[in-house]
Amino acid sequence: MASFTNPMAASRSTGPVILAWAFVERQTNLWKRYWAWELVWLVYGVVNTLAITFIAREVEQAGIAGARDANDLVLFLLLGTLVWAYLSAVLDDISLVITWERWEGTIEHTLMAPVPRWVHLVGMSVFGVLHAIVRTLLIFAIALPFFAVDFSQADWLAAVAVMAVGSVSIAGLGILAGVLPLLYPERGTQMSFMVQAVVLLISGVYYSVEVLPGWLQILSYASPATYILDGIRGAIIEGEGVGALAETLAILALFGALWCRFPSLCSRWRSAGRSAPGS
Amino acid sequence: MEQQALKVTNVSKYFGGGFDYRKLVSWCLPVTASRPAVAHVLRDVSFEVRRGEVFGLIGANGSGKSTLVRVLSTLLLPDSGSVEVFGHDVVKASGSVRALINRVSADPSFFRNMSSYENLLFFGRIYGLSPGEIRVLVPEVLRRLGFKEEMASEPMNHLSRGQQQKVAVARSFLTSPVMMLLDEPTTGLDPRSRRDVQRFIRDVQRDHDVTILLTTHDMEEAEILCDRISFIAGGRIVASGTPLELRERVARGRPVEEIDMEDVFMELTGHDLEEDEAPAEMAAHG
Repeated sequence: MASFTNPMAASRSTGPVILAWAFVERQTNLWKRYWAWELVWLVYGVVNTLAITFIAREVEQAGIAGARDANDLVLFLLLGTLVWAYLSAVLDDISLVITWERWEGTIEHTLMAPVPRWVHLVGMSVFGVLHAIVRTLLIFAIALPFFAVDFSQADWLAAVAVMAVGSVSIAGLGILAGVLPLLYPERGTQMSFMVQAVVLLISGVYYSVEVLPGWLQILSYASPATYILDGIRGAIIEGEGVGALAETLAILALFGALWCRFPSLCSRWRSAGRSAPGS
Repeated sequence: MEQQALKVTNVSKYFGGGFDYRKLVSWCLPVTASRPAVAHVLRDVSFEVRRGEVFGLIGANGSGKSTLVRVLSTLLLPDSGSVEVFGHDVVKASGSVRALINRVSADPSFFRNMSSYENLLFFGRIYGLSPGEIRVLVPEVLRRLGFKEEMASEPMNHLSRGQQQKVAVARSFLTSPVMMLLDEPTTGLDPRSRRDVQRFIRDVQRDHDVTILLTTHDMEEAEILCDRISFIAGGRIVASGTPLELRERVARGRPVEEIDMEDVFMELTGHDLEEDEAPAEMAAHG
């Protein structure tokens, strides 16, 4: 049989950037429609940030730490909760993409469109990062007046560099978790939540990883969130510049490069998605 | 020269039967926790559809129609056999196939809180249409389907089932596919919506170079729309031909116009269309 190309489709030589942006547009429209839930997550994020950061004030009042140490502890916890709010928003947006489309019932129509899987994932990752930036900045702006913290030493440029490089590896982790519901249709969603929970435990979000048992400390080296938190705290609390954080940035870049090799993962995703009924 | 649009050759599909991880932890599982048997959903299915033809696949619920449509849509891999859409293999050249096809299923499947316009915008965009093209095409397609334009900004979950299905049909034809897979497109619609959708399908097929594979268990719809029909039962194609040829096969001297197509189906398949088949035949070796 001679092969044939759809003349209308062939005339639409749309590049991957435009196709990926279609997913950003779609998620933005969904975000607007689910604004009440967005408000819920914002309130939850603010309350979580305040509740955890006030622990530092309790430490000061109880005389466990001096004012200087307490200020550092406030910053330590404040940055931990904010960075975790950012990372968990990125992870949720990306890792729940399959679950979300299954719930809406659109997954088959999305997967049978002529869009490469990696373009789909990149689109979702871009939205996830933009969405997380907006939410985290709002939490930061609302929570900040509650604490008289000193940012005089902060190197904001280095902090932005850490977040930018680290976001690639976190997006990769999100993709890894997002593929689980396709590989394991019945339990994949639960597994992706467990991935997130383990990252929270081992990455030193509310404590330094040195307090973990030895075997958990070893696991913490495998989490990009560990290096993101280290880098952010170094930049904001210690005032370390980009040069001083070069090693952290290099490790995060390495994580990002590894995660960027997801085409092979996507091909497994494709096969997995097409061998399960109703997927 | 007549061109083949679809060639399905000895396609089989089964579910289950992979590595049973439960055997590894059988000591902690209840005695009844055995793996479900292998379910053969399609068995050596073969047929061809010519370019520009409307081909009907008729079968009861559970007969394998939707699984076959999923294989043609590149969503499921056939376990054996091959499928070519305009010469492109659905496994080896799935990307090329996706650019040729679109699909309407019985369940409209939309982002429920987004409006029909927002849904069509997204699905048009991932098929490469620009926002400008979509703005022009959407009102035109919706109008032809009898969908009120002012409803286009309403969330999908505010629309009736018939209106949602019209948007689903619009989504598929918006992208100018050369092969449409219509998987029970009018199931659950009221008579007027059903007529609107059927008229739209006929008009598009007449005016554009579209090949249509229609699965249904509505005999009247099959007769109105289809050039040729295949009956599927238990995952097998049991009879094929034009509606007239199928009638003649069971006529045995009776005038063919007096023979009801549902009787033809029952006689040739041994099944009643209204009865659900078992979800899939369980293989003896499962």
